[in-house]
Amino acid sequence: MRATVHVFLKPGVLDVQGKAIEGALHGLGYSGVSEVRVGKTIVFDLAGDDPARSEAEVKSMCERLLANTVIESYRVEVG
Amino acid sequence: MKAAVIVFPGSNCDRDCRTAIERTTGAEVAMVWHGESSLPDGLDLIVLPGGFSYGDYLRCGAMAAQSPVMRAVKAEGERGTAVLGVCNGFQILCEAGMLPGALLRNAGLKYVCTAVELDVVNSQTRFTAAYRGRRDVRMTVGNGEGNYFADEATLDRLDGEGRVVFRYRRNPNGSARDIAGIVNAAGNVLGMMPHPDRAFEAELGSADGALLFQSVLASA
Repeated sequence: MRATVHVFLKPGVLDVQGKAIEGALHGLGYSGVSEVRVGKTIVFDLAGDDPARSEAEVKSMCERLLANTVIESYRVEVG
Repeated sequence: MKAAVIVFPGSNCDRDCRTAIERTTGAEVAMVWHGESSLPDGLDLIVLPGGFSYGDYLRCGAMAAQSPVMRAVKAEGERGTAVLGVCNGFQILCEAGMLPGALLRNAGLKYVCTAVELDVVNSQTRFTAAYRGRRDVRMTVGNGEGNYFADEATLDRLDGEGRVVFRYRRNPNGSARDIAGIVNAAGNVLGMMPHPDRAFEAELGSADGALLFQSVLASA
């Protein structure tokens, strides 16, 4: 099974990279751009064939290591 | 006094910390590799040094917080041994759940390497007794992720319980409420972004960091 984890800074936590990219996009003339957020995607293979169980396992990985839930939120896709 | 400095792959202030402790306190300092699962007996101080442990992969301090030695460090912290995390060490303490909050990318996006002046907000801790409330303590910071963040309730609690130990007089990185260093509820775990290990004798531009190690010595 393939797991995909998306990690982003929580809303309300200043994303300075997002701000810098937003400024650069505005500089290129893309004036409609706002609320840029930069995150990361972590993908991996996972043994097992029960999607619900795998999803629970990946969420546990997020809570313990892949995300810092003080500042980050995460979204898991398994399939 | 007996101290240990934990060495992670990518630590780069571990020897500075050892020298600072030895010269300011005369303590015996053990260098402990991160893969060890136990610490020497009878420690009075454990230091998590600055640097870029594990190349800052995933998040600063995230991988180091999972190192085998950190289980022993947590156990010592719970027993009341003094634990000091400087810079990357502060990030590791937060990632390990030994201190609340997290260190974000600096508000100006730049790596900041500069001298800072600090208020010693709480001189009642075992790390700061020798400062006696000084408001002009000079140290240096060198970090890209030194911007302390915690939710408002946590910040209120830290302020209310006197757990903010050092505050920047001029905030270099956007840190919440100018926080430069905090302690845990029991007062024996201190995390700080400024480097006392780079300010322990006048030749380094400041000897103010020496008082921190000497405070620990006096309480040992």
